[in-house]
Amino acid sequence: MTTPEEKQKIQEAFHQRVDDDELLNCMRCGFCLPKCPTYIESGYKESHSPRGRIALMKAVSDGLIEPDEDVERSLELCLGCRACEPVCPSGVPYGHLLEEVRDIINQNKKFPFKTRVLRKIVFDHVFPHHHRIKTLTNLLSYYQSTGMQNIMHKTGVLNMFPDTLATMEKVLPQAPNKKKMNKRETIMTPVNTKKKRVAFFTGCLMDSLFRETNDATLELLKIAGCEIVIPDQQVCCGALHGHSGEKERARDLAKKNIKAFEALNVDYILTNAGGCGAFLSDYDHLLKEDEEWSGRAKKLSNKIIDFSSILVALDFHQNHLFLHQQVITYQDSCHLRNVLGIKDAPRRLIKAIDHITFQEMKDADTCCGSAGIYNITESEMSMKILDKKMINTKATHATTIVTSNPGCLLQMKLGVEREGMADKVRIVHLADLLLEAYQPN
Amino acid sequence: MIDSNFRKALIEVVGKENFDDTNTEKLVYSYDATPGFQAMPDAVIAPRSTEEITEIVKLCNDYKVPIVPRGSGTNLCAGTCPLEGGVVLLFKHLNNILEIDEENLTVTVQPGVITSSLIEAVEEKGFFYPPDPSSMKISTIGGNINENSGGLRGLKYGVTADYVLGLQLVLPNGETIRTGGKLAKDVAGYDLTRLMVGSEGTLAIITEATLKLIPKPNDTKTLLAIFDRMEDAAETVSAIISNKIIPSTLEFLDNLTLNVVEDYAKVGLPTDVEAVLLIEQDGHQNVVEEDIASISEICSSNKAVSVHVAETKEEAEKLRTARRSALSALARLKPTTILEDATVPRSEIPKMVRSINDIAQKYNVNICTFGHAGDGNLHPTCLTDGRDREEMQRVEAAFEEIFKKAIELGGTITGEHGVGVMKAQYLGLKVGASGLDIMKSIKTAIDPHHIMNPGKVFSKESMMKEVVNNDNT
Ligand SMILES: Cc1cc2nc3c(=O)[nH]c(=O)nc-3n(C[C@H](O)[C@H](O)[C@H](O)COP(=O)(O)OP(=O)(O)OC[C@H]3O[C@@H](n4cnc5c(N)ncnc54)[C@H](O)[C@@H]3O)c2cc1C
Ligand code: SF4
Ligand code: SF4
Repeated sequence: MTTPEEKQKIQEAFHQRVDDDELLNCMRCGFCLPKCPTYIESGYKESHSPRGRIALMKAVSDGLIEPDEDVERSLELCLGCRACEPVCPSGVPYGHLLEEVRDIINQNKKFPFKTRVLRKIVFDHVFPHHHRIKTLTNLLSYYQSTGMQNIMHKTGVLNMFPDTLATMEKVLPQAPNKKKMNKRETIMTPVNTKKKRVAFFTGCLMDSLFRETNDATLELLKIAGCEIVIPDQQVCCGALHGHSGEKERARDLAKKNIKAFEALNVDYILTNAGGCGAFLSDYDHLLKEDEEWSGRAKKLSNKIIDFSSILVALDFHQNHLFLHQQVITYQDSCHLRNVLGIKDAPRRLIKAIDHITFQEMKDADTCCGSAGIYNITESEMSMKILDKKMINTKATHATTIVTSNPGCLLQMKLGVEREGMADKVRIVHLADLLLEAYQPN
Repeated sequence: MIDSNFRKALIEVVGKENFDDTNTEKLVYSYDATPGFQAMPDAVIAPRSTEEITEIVKLCNDYKVPIVPRGSGTNLCAGTCPLEGGVVLLFKHLNNILEIDEENLTVTVQPGVITSSLIEAVEEKGFFYPPDPSSMKISTIGGNINENSGGLRGLKYGVTADYVLGLQLVLPNGETIRTGGKLAKDVAGYDLTRLMVGSEGTLAIITEATLKLIPKPNDTKTLLAIFDRMEDAAETVSAIISNKIIPSTLEFLDNLTLNVVEDYAKVGLPTDVEAVLLIEQDGHQNVVEEDIASISEICSSNKAVSVHVAETKEEAEKLRTARRSALSALARLKPTTILEDATVPRSEIPKMVRSINDIAQKYNVNICTFGHAGDGNLHPTCLTDGRDREEMQRVEAAFEEIFKKAIELGGTITGEHGVGVMKAQYLGLKVGASGLDIMKSIKTAIDPHHIMNPGKVFSKESMMKEVVNNDNT
């Protein structure tokens, strides 16, 4: 429950902090509606559409309605996928508005004790610290490799967890142990001639649970002619915080990353996770009111680029790429596509592989329902969205689904598992697929 | 606030899940795409069948509660803004294509079907449904019929009205009737179908529509002509038509619009010229090629600085997309965008365009003009800020003068967006006092208690007088 005092504070903060020009800029044309997964899956409820959410933000800001539970519900159920942005003719920066209002609600509302503890652990104690994530990953590795996992499955202990979590546990990749996650060199040299000097943003999940994918990405970049710098002081990008109403913490992380990268003499900072890349590219917005940092943030934001774009720019697809015959489809990462605007490069790279058939999926640009921790917090809506995604996936007859973000990868695995197709269909990150296809001369 | 018995009865009809009167839900149905209008309904209701609609209408008629039918709320005349409260009626459950009749060349749909879904479904079978408003990816057929919407293809193929063959209606007294049918010819009595088209939800609720299909033209070519002077472009439009060529599309963008569209859509449009015409022809390949060649010549002889025929389908599609997003791209410039649709006989386009420029200057307001120049339907679009009272007054005065000018040139105050609340006060300008009287008596004959979308089409004051008069007689 939100108390009357909390509501008043929230309302005032909306009025002060939410950009009135941008709220007005929404002309309510409704062009964003057909692209919004929650609008469609809620049975066309305007309150779960972008236009409705913006109208609610404006109404609260203007004092027309109270920020009651229903308003909060509408904002909670938003995936934050930002599919409403590229189609918006007025260029309303919906993602920024959402971040702001979520932050306001979060800062002014006292959550139940349990939620508070959980948020504290996740946002303060785990994600900001690379080594803690690695420790957790190591624990997971222990769990998976010692037979613990089998015992858990056999005894049915997992049945005590919500469905989604229980299935999620099954689809987690084999976690690397501590040894495999040892530090790597901070500078890597290209295989042949050096064409570019770039920095690599490792990400936290990508560098622990998906360590192999990071290694594959680095390998591809070296083949393509990149000298790669991996600064040691980098931390979590802060996306999870930013999207969950923890903007201040996100800002702290952003500053650390700016410090870690700004001294390096590089043209680009590469990412291989759409979610991280998009958030890094938004640092200029995150810190726009901080005089000391806004300029520095902008410099970093401007250098962010997805590894797929660099591979295309360096003609990696001209290499001999080969895989045995199979149908491959690609699921866009929402933030890679909607925020960074990358849709062609991954497809171009996949299509360059000999012997495979690339089959475009209907609505590949629509969110899979992963959306950070949305699939756990809003699992009902998430699963509806995932079920639709699976219908479209099946229609392609693909046996390989390629993604470019760890969240999407896990969610698609979850979908395939739920459909009982896990033995026929594999989900891979673009980097892993490309390395598998690469044939050295 | 609505009566609690009425509320209970509504819930009984549609079920709890299809009734909502929380503040949140009421708020998100308090507006449409028209700037500056907002009013809260008392409840929002989503019936699942014509039978449920009948029950709802009867209840509303008994309790004298306004009904505001609402498709996707993209209209530009405040047509779905619940000015007097009441229930907003949604068609989200009634969104099926019921039948595509290949022998009679008709398609029968429920009102909630999205325009572009209909277009795609019939095109898959080789048919063509031409009315294509820029909003077609989200607008509904119910909304299109009630606004008599047009689109880019209007010049050659006409507007929604030209495709509505038959309707199923629920009248304000709860009776269901059918008008027209799958008929090419039908002169049995007054044409009620036509009366309903463009009635803006003020007469009845449309629950089903049978629409005409035509065979899909097999070829299309797109051309872009650039003019240094706005007048040359406007005169080219008249010249093409008087040369007896009817292009399927003949669209016009002025310099300011061009700049904004290019910025948004990045399709390579020139931004340093005064006007651009986007022209398309469809039909049989040789006819299309002949027409496009003639049109190119006409453009050049009317001082076009460049004429470019799109080489590929993709290029053509890009050019079309640019025009489609014109209005919306303008919205980026200023917080408030007011879009009008004054329409004149096409021979008067040059005069109208000149007048719009003069009027904008006179009142010192920012007006960009684009539109369906081929059918005389211009969209003078004002970029302003609704919070600036003083400027808003000037904007209003400018538009009033534009409307008057359009009428003077034999035109109308609205070509395709409808009257709604937005233009109710100007309706008399076009139809005159007697015209207004006839329209009001039709309204009152069909909807004596004025429960259907009250406050729309007729301005409130004039309608009150009407009701009082009726009670006296
Ligand atoms: C960006 C943009 C571009 C546009 N471009 C065009 C264009 O090119 N051409 C054009 O003509 N219009 C255009 N429009 C206006 C608008 O999209 C059309 O008027 C459209 O037909 C409205 O459809 P809708 O489903 O949103 O209807 P709504 O706005 O929901 O309703 C429109 C009217 O129909 C009534 N209504 C809806 N369904 C029913 C029903 N079943 N029974 C009875 N009454 C009903 C409503 O009460 C209301 O009066 C544009 C609008 C926008 C925002
Ligand atoms: S597309 Fe943009 S302007 Fe239109 S309703 Fe959505 S957010 Fe508003
Ligand atoms: S971010 Fe995604 S879920 Fe949220 S309003 Fe936009 S399209 Fe809908």
